[in-house]
Amino acid sequence: MTELLRNIGSMAINGVWRLGLAARFFALLLRYSGQAFLRFHLTIREIYYGGFLSLLIIAVSGLFVGMVLGLQGYETLQRFGSGDALGVLVALSLVRELGPVVAGLLFASRAGSAITAEIGLMKATEQLKAMDMMAVNPIARVVAPRFWAGVLSMPLLAAIFSAMGVLGGWLIGVVMIGVDEGAFWSQMQSAVDFRYDIMNGVIKSVVFGVAVSLIAVFEGYDCSPTAEGVSRAITRTVVGSALAILALDFVLTSFMFRGQS
Amino acid sequence: MAPENPDPLVRLEGVRFAYGENEILKGVDLTVRRGQVIAIMGGSGCGKTTLLRLIGGQIMVDAGRVELAGRNLAEISRAELYDMRRRMGMLFQFGALFTDMSVFDNVAFPLREHTDLSPELVRDLVLMKLNAVGLRGAERLMPAELSGGMARRVALARAVALDPMLIMYDEPFAGLDPISLGVIGQLIRRLNDALGATSIMVTHDVHESLEIVDYIYFVSEGRIVAQGTPDQIRESQDPFVHQFVCAEADGPVPFHYPAGSLDEHFFGKELRT
Amino acid sequence: MSRTTLDLWVGVFVVIGIAALFFLALRVGNFAGVDLSETYTVKARFDNIGGLKVRAPVKSAGVVVGRVDSIVFDTHTYRAEVEFTIATRYEFPRDTIASILTSGLLGEQYIGLDAGVDFDMLGDGDLVQMTQSAVVLEKLIGQFMFDRAGAAND
Repeated sequence: MTELLRNIGSMAINGVWRLGLAARFFALLLRYSGQAFLRFHLTIREIYYGGFLSLLIIAVSGLFVGMVLGLQGYETLQRFGSGDALGVLVALSLVRELGPVVAGLLFASRAGSAITAEIGLMKATEQLKAMDMMAVNPIARVVAPRFWAGVLSMPLLAAIFSAMGVLGGWLIGVVMIGVDEGAFWSQMQSAVDFRYDIMNGVIKSVVFGVAVSLIAVFEGYDCSPTAEGVSRAITRTVVGSALAILALDFVLTSFMFRGQS
Repeated sequence: MAPENPDPLVRLEGVRFAYGENEILKGVDLTVRRGQVIAIMGGSGCGKTTLLRLIGGQIMVDAGRVELAGRNLAEISRAELYDMRRRMGMLFQFGALFTDMSVFDNVAFPLREHTDLSPELVRDLVLMKLNAVGLRGAERLMPAELSGGMARRVALARAVALDPMLIMYDEPFAGLDPISLGVIGQLIRRLNDALGATSIMVTHDVHESLEIVDYIYFVSEGRIVAQGTPDQIRESQDPFVHQFVCAEADGPVPFHYPAGSLDEHFFGKELRT
Repeated sequence: MSRTTLDLWVGVFVVIGIAALFFLALRVGNFAGVDLSETYTVKARFDNIGGLKVRAPVKSAGVVVGRVDSIVFDTHTYRAEVEFTIATRYEFPRDTIASILTSGLLGEQYIGLDAGVDFDMLGDGDLVQMTQSAVVLEKLIGQFMFDRAGAAND
């Protein structure tokens, strides 16, 4: 029993300690971000690897999620005789929730894990130390560009996901099932508010981008420099990002959308 | 030995350092004069690499002082430390080449980071450095395509890209075949003399080092236990030096890691009951 | 990969991303709707607001002109006090009537404004004097039954 309590205690202390470490790391990262922005081509390079190469998986997943929403949504709405509202259902679920959340999860497993692996391996092979010994700050040169590339890519990826999803819903709803095209779009437009729904979705995706990128670079930078350490760090990135996205999503949703029905 | 230049570039005085409870260095004094190539030798895990990291300012001493070109490293700011490091080159144990860049870009890295030279000038300088290590033809290769010895030579070219005043080598001979080993040894000496630099080498390869260095320090259990020029070392009667040079298994450096008595370890249970 | 190729692909990525945002804004959302960047606030008191919610639209002649800001219960008058913002470019006379209406039979509720004929216009913080409460279905049915019962007794 005391053993169990002791384990819980040490886990809690460890968790708080790592949180503090991550916060300090974040502060350092922000401090050296200026240097990274002065040499923006470093960030552009990482946007290519993190963002552009995630494009295909994000677009295809978005299309499929939208198509599933179209099928399931029509099935349910049909019972209440409001199949015309399919556009509203598809658009709102994508723009408010599924777009940022699923794009964030995909981004974490596609780009976040790659960032952790890359930084972790650079640490394990002493590349970061070598850089430091050459009077080049690894946080400014390696970490900050990857972080900002993630933060900048996430909202774009989420928007692409949502847009592809709406197209998928349209494909199933209008083209295949035969919901009225005019009703589909006009009901969607009258129900989806730009500032309220779309901007809040964008804000969510930015927050997720910060969380996933920070977790990815921190886990990579903090991992123990062995093969096992790197693989553990990658696992922690994917699991931690998923938890962070879902928990933050709940918090943000409860702040953003509590006013309305 | 008679120093050509009496002004020391690196001086360590009473340096103590511990990782947590584990005390690595227990009072080390060491002087490196300008222009010298010195070797720090000792068994694995005796604190040699820690000494290099202290000189490079990667870690700070617990007690004592590390002076580099007359400045105490504990008293200078991070910016000043970075200024110092621009004039230092370090060769890591396995080269630590940037795996996502070609050989050319690796050597060009310090030039591009710290100077505003034109691309043409960078190119000429990089090719000169690569030529010095005999790898001018390998500029387009990626680090994954290099052998261990070649990677070490590229890393050496990168370490001297900015013509440093101090070059540090962490186990430059580890894991190399005899030919590469000789090549690296000669390169260390030649580059040092050609650049007018000072070199510190951490190694446990006695015979190769005796050929090229000016002075040797032996470290054991966190202390300097012997020192001298290669000739003095070869003729030394010191038991530790003798064990090291002749590679005897047991001697002042014990074969066994400190442990309890055999009886207690193997038959502990029976003895206690 | 050379820096120019890299720049090109990242440029493509950013253009696609921004195009997606524009698609969401213009085709999916009602960005072209009412511009609520410059507004003035008006109050109205209702006996019963029914199912009116914060952020519900304010319409006049079917056009969205503003949104509901807050709904509180006023303990002095025992009525619901609704604050709503109207875009500055829409002005309404002082004797405008605010009523709570329902879009469709079971749709969401909104505030409808019927313009009056006064020459003075409503300003920021003004109170709309004439209001009409939400139609509550139970009361309506109750009234109908009562009337029928009364008619039968006659």
